[in-house]
Amino acid sequence: MKPFTYARPDEASDAVAALVADPDARFLAGGTNLLDHLKLGVVEPSQLVDVNRVTSTEITELDDGTLRIGAGVANSDLAADSRVRRRYPAVAAAILAGASGQLRNMASTGGNLLQRTRCPYFADATTPCTKRSLDEACSAREGWARYHAILGASESCIATHPSDLAVALVAVDAQVQVLGPDGARTIPIGEFHRLPGDDPTRDTVLEHGDLVTAVDLPAPAPAVTNSTYRKVRDRASYAFALVSVAAGLEVRDGVVADVRIALGGVAHKPWRATTAEAALRGRPATDEEFRAAITAELEAAEPVESPLGGNAYKIPLVTGTVVSTLRGLAGGTS
Amino acid sequence: MTTTIPLSITVDGEQRDLDVDPRTTLLDALRERLAVTTPKKGCDHGQCGACTVLVDGRRVLSCLTLAVAKDGADVVTANGLAPDGGSHPVTEAFLANDAFQCGYCTPGQVCSAVGAIDEARRGMPSAATADLAGDDVVLDRAEIAERMSGNLCRCAAYVNIVTAVEEAASR
Repeated sequence: MKPFTYARPDEASDAVAALVADPDARFLAGGTNLLDHLKLGVVEPSQLVDVNRVTSTEITELDDGTLRIGAGVANSDLAADSRVRRRYPAVAAAILAGASGQLRNMASTGGNLLQRTRCPYFADATTPCTKRSLDEACSAREGWARYHAILGASESCIATHPSDLAVALVAVDAQVQVLGPDGARTIPIGEFHRLPGDDPTRDTVLEHGDLVTAVDLPAPAPAVTNSTYRKVRDRASYAFALVSVAAGLEVRDGVVADVRIALGGVAHKPWRATTAEAALRGRPATDEEFRAAITAELEAAEPVESPLGGNAYKIPLVTGTVVSTLRGLAGGTS
Repeated sequence: MTTTIPLSITVDGEQRDLDVDPRTTLLDALRERLAVTTPKKGCDHGQCGACTVLVDGRRVLSCLTLAVAKDGADVVTANGLAPDGGSHPVTEAFLANDAFQCGYCTPGQVCSAVGAIDEARRGMPSAATADLAGDDVVLDRAEIAERMSGNLCRCAAYVNIVTAVEEAASR
């Protein structure tokens, strides 16, 4: 590990200023992903700016019913909050589907959104990776692509975003509060993460020095209160998603009044299934309609064929998982 | 040369002062600087749980924690769980139920179990909790397996580990 200096400011503006003054400085929150990358040589910062004194660890309810989650709230505390569990069940379930008890105690809300892909070539500094350096090539396209993207990928990168929480936040239309060099701003979660395009080094729209200060959950619509998260993985616990679904459903008189579908493990960002949602609104809440809607969404899928294992299996896996999850939310057996 | 940073932490009830390079993990500070070898280095990447300790009462991975970030913290290893060097009920349950073979993962398993039992008593849910909106957690075998999934045992003593945690939680 290359040497770095350590700073622990008492004001958020000082933390932002420290990064602005040093292009190679990084924020440190829970550290669960960053420490791993420091050891692997994936990142080599000059300075770590500890933000644990400047990010809130409180969850507060605003006058308009918004639930504001401080960026420093531990994942385990977020999942345990009774308001989150009752009003936004997909959010609590998504957190609990990820990592381990120890990691959830350490990982912060802001850091969860900013974790990097688990593409094995990204984590292995001895293999080429466009996400580490635009001068290199993607090793996954011709390599071990089983965990990789089927939607929205580019020639340069087929990595997926690993966060479970972020998928649920997309389904409930969360807003990310950011403090940057020019002041505070709000970014809808659906616009927070990027597709790789020709610059896969950037996972989000944040600029250097932007600090996530809070995540806002808007007052829950009925489809958010009736929501859940379903994750499919290689083992029953403590594994990243092959695919996952955050879904919410409101049915009136047998007809879909409102539906939210966000997919994990399929793209460089949490994938809001807007085509499927549009196809379902106003339609009967039946398996046939659910299947037709997600099939329409996945027409854009471009699975990777690779000698070391491709990912075409994700298309039927997403289809079945979405149908089953929506059936459960409609009152049937999931 | 990197400048070192002064650090003061409590380890198993004893205050310890030292200067650390900012790169030092809490695990390395404990083992290599303070000769507290109870937490073990397994993977050193947060995948195995052998380094689990309690920091300010919560179970965490000491290999993914920077020591400098924990100035002033109360650190408890498996050796300091019971007051006055006594034996903790979770440790006793591990012994009574043969919940280990080689023992390398055991200090991490024990600390994790203490943390997991405390989390369940405080009503914190897990992925195995049937009613997410409920306030009570029943620590059955499925709950224990899920809550302990961050602790790997290469001897695969899992069946007895779950029994030990079940027994300790019921006391």
